[in-house]
Amino acid sequence: MKNPLESIVGTIISGLILTVVLVCFLKNFLLAGA
Amino acid sequence: MDFLPGIARWLHIIFGITWIGLLYYFNLVQMAAMKDANADGTAAGINKHVAPRALLYFRWAAVATWLVGAWLLGPGFTDAFMLRNGYEGIGIGAWLGTIMLFNVWVLIWPNQQKILGMVPATDEVKAKARRVAMLASRTNVMLSIPMLFFMANGLSHRAAFGL
Repeated sequence: MKNPLESIVGTIISGLILTVVLVCFLKNFLLAGA
Repeated sequence: MDFLPGIARWLHIIFGITWIGLLYYFNLVQMAAMKDANADGTAAGINKHVAPRALLYFRWAAVATWLVGAWLLGPGFTDAFMLRNGYEGIGIGAWLGTIMLFNVWVLIWPNQQKILGMVPATDEVKAKARRVAMLASRTNVMLSIPMLFFMANGLSHRAAFGL
């Protein structure tokens, strides 16, 4: 599989996916007990 | 002195735009331009006159952004990096920015010095440096997307996304 960071489009898509993952992490783990 | 956080936020945005703006310039403009410039033999001009200046502002804007960001967090600095007490969202942004600062000074700048001939390096070392610097730079573009999301929505505008 090609490294997504080889292209700008792959890099941006990876960034968007990482954003969603981190928001889910924040809501479901860090803020879950707050 | 109530205006100081406003000054800090203003400076944080100015330095941040300088840093991330140059990061996007490298990835959207210069990397592609270098391929064409290498093909027609005009890359030396970019390497000599453009890249060193861009890297100078890039690496020091990164430091200034981080320092003013730390000033802006103030007493919340520890809570942000410990991801607690209402600073969880901005803390994720702060961690991402810190990782990016590390990439600039530990991976991108030392390898760019080899690529641009500021420090001696063989062709083989230069080729490896080019690859490491490119991937570190692309990693920072990727990290900048969630980093900017959490900077924009992680503290003062948390309600927008229910954070």
